[in-house]
Amino acid sequence: MAAAAKAGEATLRHAFGNVLSFFILLLIGVLAFSIRLFSVIKYESVIHEFDPYFNYRVTQFLTKNGIYDFWNWFDDRTWYPLGRVIGGTVYPGLTLTAGTIWWLLNSLNIPLSVETVCVFTAPIFSAFASWATYLLTKEVKGAGAGLTAAALLAMVPSYISRSVAGSYDNEAVAIFALIITFYLYIKTLNTGSLFYATLNAIAYFYMVCSWGGYTFIINLIPMHVLLCIVTGRYSSRLYIAYAPLVVLGTLLAALVPVVGFNAVMTSEHFASFLVFIILHVVALVYYIKGILSPKMFKVAVTLVVSVGLVVCCAVIAILVALVASSPTKGWSGRSLSLLDPTYASKYIPIIASVSEHQPPTWPSYFMDINVLAFLVPAGIIACFLPLSDASSFVVLYIVTSVYFSGVMVRLMLVFAPAACIMSGIALSQAFDVFTRSIKFQLLRILGFSEADAGDGSSANVVPENDAVKVDKSEETIKERPSRKNKKKEKEQMEKAQAEKTSAKSKTEKRLLVLPMELSVIGLLLLVFMGAFYVVHCVWAAAEAYSAPSIVLTSYTHEGLHVFDDFREAYAWLRHNTEVDDKVASWWDYGYQTTAMANRTVIVDNNTWNNTHIATVGTAMSSPEKAAWEIFNSLDVKYVLVVFGGLVGYPSDDINKFLWMVRIGGGVFPHIKEPDYLRDGQYRIDSQATPTMLNCLMYKLSYYRFVETDGKGFDRVRRTEIGKKYFKLTHFEEVFTTHHWMVRIYKLKPSKNRIRGKMKKSKSRTSTPSSKRSGSRKKNPWQ
Amino acid sequence: MYQRERERERERDYREEMARSTGKDAQALFHSLRSAYAATPTTLKIIDLYMGFAVFTALIQVVYMAIVGSFPFNSFLSGVLSCVGTAILAVCLRIQVNKDNKEFKDLPPERAFADFVLCNLVLHLVIMNFLG
Repeated sequence: MAAAAKAGEATLRHAFGNVLSFFILLLIGVLAFSIRLFSVIKYESVIHEFDPYFNYRVTQFLTKNGIYDFWNWFDDRTWYPLGRVIGGTVYPGLTLTAGTIWWLLNSLNIPLSVETVCVFTAPIFSAFASWATYLLTKEVKGAGAGLTAAALLAMVPSYISRSVAGSYDNEAVAIFALIITFYLYIKTLNTGSLFYATLNAIAYFYMVCSWGGYTFIINLIPMHVLLCIVTGRYSSRLYIAYAPLVVLGTLLAALVPVVGFNAVMTSEHFASFLVFIILHVVALVYYIKGILSPKMFKVAVTLVVSVGLVVCCAVIAILVALVASSPTKGWSGRSLSLLDPTYASKYIPIIASVSEHQPPTWPSYFMDINVLAFLVPAGIIACFLPLSDASSFVVLYIVTSVYFSGVMVRLMLVFAPAACIMSGIALSQAFDVFTRSIKFQLLRILGFSEADAGDGSSANVVPENDAVKVDKSEETIKERPSRKNKKKEKEQMEKAQAEKTSAKSKTEKRLLVLPMELSVIGLLLLVFMGAFYVVHCVWAAAEAYSAPSIVLTSYTHEGLHVFDDFREAYAWLRHNTEVDDKVASWWDYGYQTTAMANRTVIVDNNTWNNTHIATVGTAMSSPEKAAWEIFNSLDVKYVLVVFGGLVGYPSDDINKFLWMVRIGGGVFPHIKEPDYLRDGQYRIDSQATPTMLNCLMYKLSYYRFVETDGKGFDRVRRTEIGKKYFKLTHFEEVFTTHHWMVRIYKLKPSKNRIRGKMKKSKSRTSTPSSKRSGSRKKNPWQ
Repeated sequence: MYQRERERERERDYREEMARSTGKDAQALFHSLRSAYAATPTTLKIIDLYMGFAVFTALIQVVYMAIVGSFPFNSFLSGVLSCVGTAILAVCLRIQVNKDNKEFKDLPPERAFADFVLCNLVLHLVIMNFLG
């Protein structure tokens, strides 16, 4: 009866725990969704930044024209006159996801617009990502750690920065796909079920569709398999987890048009094939070891080694020759810049110029993951007691992601889930120890005998002491008296232990128990730490990461002032120019121009053609006539320039101008950067070089600027400009926005009559042409 | 001169002995392998036969590509990877169905076979899409 009662109690506790977990997960999802809504509340439901506008345009096309037209879409509205094959160069995961959601909702007669679906895709998928983190951490350490990790991921600022409502970019769905692929891999590893291996391959396919960062997965998992083999943890579950993933995964990756045959031909995937072969060799060795006697096995080993070594060397020599024959050793430029951080700055200035590709500073770590920075080392140690396949995987994940986040700021995003998992494990273990101590001490104080204390026996274990010491690193003041306490207890316990070891069985777990006051204080301090984390995350989400950057605000003494100049300019373009007019600007604004103004642009944020960008850069750096020639050859009608000097907007084109010079000079050698610098300094005031004062960018930015305040004081550069009164000969100003932030100029058509020298040469050439025209029919239209 | 001939003879004899001993070792090895393999149950041998067939088909395709050239590369890739894939899935099935495997002793063989069929279905769906 007692046993049945206890079993009944256990199931009741289980059921209660499950229901509680379900509600906690629901709340975590709601939290993840709502913390990302600050920009919608503070500004409006608008798409942010630059890249999301391209994704939005692609999604619009998909919802209007269907999937077959989307796969075969050739876009002639960008990179004029080259065009861009959208179907083959875009990662379709995000747009297909949003398109599916829109189609589903519309078929249920919920009429949400495409823009609303695009804006809110990221928060929804961040809720899914936190649930996926719960599942992953549950596989590694248990449900408590899972819930903590999910709650931490819902709020971590680094993930919020790329997935606010309105940030409609690849990472919004890619992080969810990443975590779920890892979860399914660990689940397959733990259970050995082929069903989960299939699901793992399908999740990996979704990841490949979504983001170029899938190469991280296809290199991390082979690394982990190799680690397991080398540390002697090979099992048949490892084979089932890895081998189907490689075959199915390579096929599925080759299905995505962006990746195509790169899935078998680039160095990024070679690691997976190499480990595939190694895994088969190891599996064969284990199989033969199982069916042969030990003596015969030794003979087999000597035979195989002598023959196999020769074959191996031959194969490796061929492979090395193949790889060394390509100049980049088979890696793509971006991947190479991850492995060798100095590569991009030496060879590919475009990759080096993107601010997201710079290495992060130390404060950005504390800004982006805050309190988790201290908890991660504790989590790593907790993963080692005990070490399982799953926990070794998570340790490997965090070590590699720390390295990559140190190379590029953008990859802090991949580091965030790993940090949350580790911190979740650490926090959950710490809470475990404290609550267990409290429960045990309470039971002892209330006078129950030790036999009733359940499965928690009371003996201090030396190695676990260190773990607890690391956990409580912030309680140094309390630790000194408590250490004396612990030492006394340890001595008492060890004496009692010496009497009891003969009686106790050796397989009983020895758990750590701390004094009551210590546990209560420790618990309170951990809760406070969590509270600081939450406050910081909400602040970061509200103030730092919710700016849509297409609308700017500032607080003056009169209240809130809104700068909506970008949309003003694009709307002007949309309504006052012909549909086929071409607009030239620096590549930053390409996506926004095609999406909002619906005009053809010359270069955009995809930056796939360096020469084309260099052409535009050269045009911006040349004097008016040369620039007019270049733009005329590209059929450009309008030139768009962003200027922040009147209001103090620091990311304008004059600040980016040196990059235009560098990129242009990389392809056209007559543009030399020192020509634009006075004594190595970049200036636009009266001390600027004449090349600088005559270049198109200077003229288009500062034309009529002196009329605003009479002196031409540039608020960003904080000087008066050099050349104040000048006229434009080849361009005419057609529009300047309210705060002078965007200025649009039109190319003047070439003159019909040319006076002066040209008239003489015209009279010389006219006689032979008139002879020719006598024999030819006269064209009535000329 | 006579001395050198004798040295050469001695070397040749030594090498013959080594070859014979390794030959004897290899023979003994093959014998023990064959006898150990003969002891495996018939169901597993059928799976091994299927696996061998798949690998053999993949080899034929590679040889064909070496002769004719790899122009529709996606067809070649999907053909070879489908053979390799079915071989690997057969190995996974064999692992899960093998009664000597202690890790899978409470997995019913029907479940293992159902997983095998599902994974093969997904694999062949992808293959047929990629075949072109």
